[in-house]
Amino acid sequence: MEVVMAFVVATLFSCALYMMMRRSIVKLVIGLILLSNAANLLIFVVSGLTRGAPPLIIEGVDPSPFVADPLPQALILTAIVISFGVLAFAVVLIRRAYEVVKTDDLDQMKDTDT
Amino acid sequence: MTALWILLLPALGMVVPLLTAKWGRNGCTLMTALAPLAALLVLLQATPSVFQAIPIVSTFEWVPILGLSVSFHLDGLGYLFGLLILGIGLLVILYARYYLSDRDNMGRFYAYLIFFMSAMLGVVLSNNVVQLWFFWELTSISSFLLISFWSHKSDARKGARMALTVTGAGGLALLAALLLMADVTGTYEVRELLQQGDVLRASDYYTVIVVLFLLGAFTKSAQFPFHFWLPHAMAAPTPVSAYLHSATMVKAGVFLMARFYPALSGTELWFVIVSLTGMITMLVGAYLALFKHDLKGLLAYSTISHLGLITLLLGLNTQLAAIAAVFHIINHAVFKASLFMAAGIIDHESGTRDMRKLNGLFKYMPYTATLAMVAAASMAGVPLMNGFLSKEMMFAETLTQETLGALSWWIPVLATLAGALGVAYSLRFMHDVFFNGEPIDLPRTPHEPPRFMRVPVEFLVVLCVFVGIIPQFMVGDLLAAASLAVLQHELPYYSLSLWHGFNLPLLMSVVAVIGGAVLYWHRRHLFHFYGQFADRDAKQIFEGAVQALQTAMVAVNHWLDNASLQRFMFLLVLLALILAASPLLHLHETVGTQPQLALNWVVGLAAMLLIVATLLTVWWSHRRLLALIALSVVGLIVSISFAYFSAPDLALTQLSVEVATIILFLLALFFLPQSSPVIDSPFKIIVRDLGVAALFGSVIGTLCYVMLTRPLTSISAFFLENSVPGGGGTNVVNVILVDFRGFDTLGEITVLGIAALGIYKLLARIPLYMPTTDSKGHRWSQDRHPVLLALVSQSLLPLALLVSAYIFLRGHNLPGGGFIAGLITAVALVQQYVAHGVDWMKGRIVFNYQAIIAAGLLIATMTGVGSMAFGREFLTTWFDYVSWPIVGKFEIASALIFDLGVYLTVVGATLLILANLGKLTTTERLRAGEG
Repeated sequence: MEVVMAFVVATLFSCALYMMMRRSIVKLVIGLILLSNAANLLIFVVSGLTRGAPPLIIEGVDPSPFVADPLPQALILTAIVISFGVLAFAVVLIRRAYEVVKTDDLDQMKDTDT
Repeated sequence: MTALWILLLPALGMVVPLLTAKWGRNGCTLMTALAPLAALLVLLQATPSVFQAIPIVSTFEWVPILGLSVSFHLDGLGYLFGLLILGIGLLVILYARYYLSDRDNMGRFYAYLIFFMSAMLGVVLSNNVVQLWFFWELTSISSFLLISFWSHKSDARKGARMALTVTGAGGLALLAALLLMADVTGTYEVRELLQQGDVLRASDYYTVIVVLFLLGAFTKSAQFPFHFWLPHAMAAPTPVSAYLHSATMVKAGVFLMARFYPALSGTELWFVIVSLTGMITMLVGAYLALFKHDLKGLLAYSTISHLGLITLLLGLNTQLAAIAAVFHIINHAVFKASLFMAAGIIDHESGTRDMRKLNGLFKYMPYTATLAMVAAASMAGVPLMNGFLSKEMMFAETLTQETLGALSWWIPVLATLAGALGVAYSLRFMHDVFFNGEPIDLPRTPHEPPRFMRVPVEFLVVLCVFVGIIPQFMVGDLLAAASLAVLQHELPYYSLSLWHGFNLPLLMSVVAVIGGAVLYWHRRHLFHFYGQFADRDAKQIFEGAVQALQTAMVAVNHWLDNASLQRFMFLLVLLALILAASPLLHLHETVGTQPQLALNWVVGLAAMLLIVATLLTVWWSHRRLLALIALSVVGLIVSISFAYFSAPDLALTQLSVEVATIILFLLALFFLPQSSPVIDSPFKIIVRDLGVAALFGSVIGTLCYVMLTRPLTSISAFFLENSVPGGGGTNVVNVILVDFRGFDTLGEITVLGIAALGIYKLLARIPLYMPTTDSKGHRWSQDRHPVLLALVSQSLLPLALLVSAYIFLRGHNLPGGGFIAGLITAVALVQQYVAHGVDWMKGRIVFNYQAIIAAGLLIATMTGVGSMAFGREFLTTWFDYVSWPIVGKFEIASALIFDLGVYLTVVGATLLILANLGKLTTTERLRAGEG
């Protein structure tokens, strides 16, 4: 199963990166969405794959070491929300830049003085 | 507190001249002088304890764990420099009142001057090395402002830039040296460092430390070969030169050497570098001074020469030499300040500083001429003057040297030669300017300056003479206290008096005076000799070097970043690739020892779906709607895998964010350019990018696999153990968010709020036309808000709100919490926008989303502050269990209030983003745009 997860993460990263290196704005946005998914999944996966043991403490039961690691989960949780905010901001910023330079082509968006 | 006040008073006084500039010249000068005067009085009041060597230290803890504190101390050396800085500073303030013209901005000038004064005081009073360096750099910056005060002159700008570059670069070397010293000795305190000389000298880093340290000191004190900046700094107004190049700026370098003398000196390395540099500087400065036609140029090179003399003394291996160095610091400051001021008077009253034109001024300004000649005699080292005493001490010390082995007799001979050159240029200053025929077309008819312009010169010249005649009475205690601070142990016997009998040093003085006179007499031949060499302008060379560097850097920068996002990202990814891949190369096995989970068909299928969906997203990327569908499949499967691998909180969050993201993207599709005019990149670029992307993906995948198959130690055991007893909740993820790492969460919701507000602002005036058809010419559907959707979503709303309330309340103990509940609420409300339209919602939503974000952040912050009211740290949570009738045992926790803040911020931010983007698609926006 580990090989499969690693392969999934690799695919997500490759595709995200490829999309971000295109010249079209929309593709850049798609790349950003894929990238945040890829990063979250990577952090989640490398902290260990645990089945059926969420990090909840049942009273009277000693928290066993086999419970899923809560720390990366907490990190990813905020990362998911933040990446939504960042994505929205990026989209609007790109739109605003498009407004000024009138082109969809990222290669044309070179000058800061327009 | 004394040491602090001496610095604080001038630092506060910096604004005084700016505020009082409109009170007229006298008022402004008077008010400006008050703060330094008060500081001087504080300093003088400390005199008895300084002379009894009682340390005065004031320390304020800053970051104690790093050994960083704000610390000041006042010892003999600091006292001496404080006296020079404040005393001469006050005289310069008085002098500048008459020197500056009506066109100069007096308030600004005085503000810079006081700024510089405070920085200098900071250097000499600092007891912490980092703090010392901070003030050291401040002196560079403030002197840059002073030198470039007449910023309309190209010379001033270039001179200031050169001074800043050279001293600033030296400052960086000094920082490295100080940090190394602190690292070796384990202390940042100057006082403690000085006791650790043996540790430093024994350390492996000693050579590095000394070289870096001396780079800092030599650049500041204009030692050869860094001396070239000083003459160009003469473009400053003369009061600035009188201040910077007599008592302060250039003395900072020798101060530093004197300050760390007990810690760093005492080795062959130190003596060779310091004494040789000092000797060369002394000779070169004196030689060049003789040929300068500019009055201030002569004084500038003479300053270099005298700084060389002090450096030489600090590099001679005797304690008496160090005492002589301290003595010469005092004497040079006094006579050089008065000489600069006299030169300024001559410039001011005759309109030129060119000694080829200035002749025979004695009959126009006899009084000033007398003063200047007395000071110049002191510079030459004529008996009865203070300069004579320290120069003779220097001669005496050169005689005891053995640094050069059998050739050690060179040292006294070269010292005498430098002395003779000093006498020659001093003679030139006296004879050429005040006698030697008649002035040659001066711009103005020279006359005596205003009465009070001369007062500072008179004061200093009187000091020269009195110190020269009765040294022990005038400066005996001061010198002893300062020397004690430099040597850090009991002083050897020395005698401060005018007459020591007929001895070798006296003979050297006599030889120097006679030799100087002979040199000056035959100056015509010397000038001819000097004229054979091409005059190299340091400024041009320097500017050329700077330009070349700049061109090179621009080229490098352009090569790295040609303003193309793709190229930049390509390079960035390549770098990340190298960094990520290099540790992998050292691993022998890809697969680790950790037992692996067996693959089952559920995971296999999901993984297959995810991969296919990802690839389809890329494949369909030019067909946006299809890409969007594929993208949502990716998000969905990611959230399912969170659920599958025991992360219910994550699954819930991802699911609700996925909905929000898809709506966001739909809206973005509407207002991002509809059709891409770009013809796709050339084939080879596609191949290149595919290659890099695949390479990167494979490295990350390998990394992922390598980590997965190896045992992982995590700090999470702490959180699992303390979640219930410490945080009062059984959902560890939520407890981490609102309790253990509550500060992080507070930061994160702040970022979210800021992003939302930023979007709100960016969208405020966006001009957008509404196409009536899609890109293929189909008209939009007339049924904008389908009845069925409206009905269903409206009836779902209360249910969704109920669910989010439930999720919120149970969050501390079961999967849920503020983030997830907030997203569910936001999505439920956005659904109403989609189903009914903005206009319909407008009448029903009475609050604005910015206020919700603000309220959320306020609640979260106040919860944190609340714990401080109970004497706890910021954001300490509190919880207790109470028993209610019917409900039973119930937990109350402050974390729940914090989570409420999180909830509100998330709701507000998400809705602010989506609702505002949504508004762009309606007529609402058009009306706003027109209005």
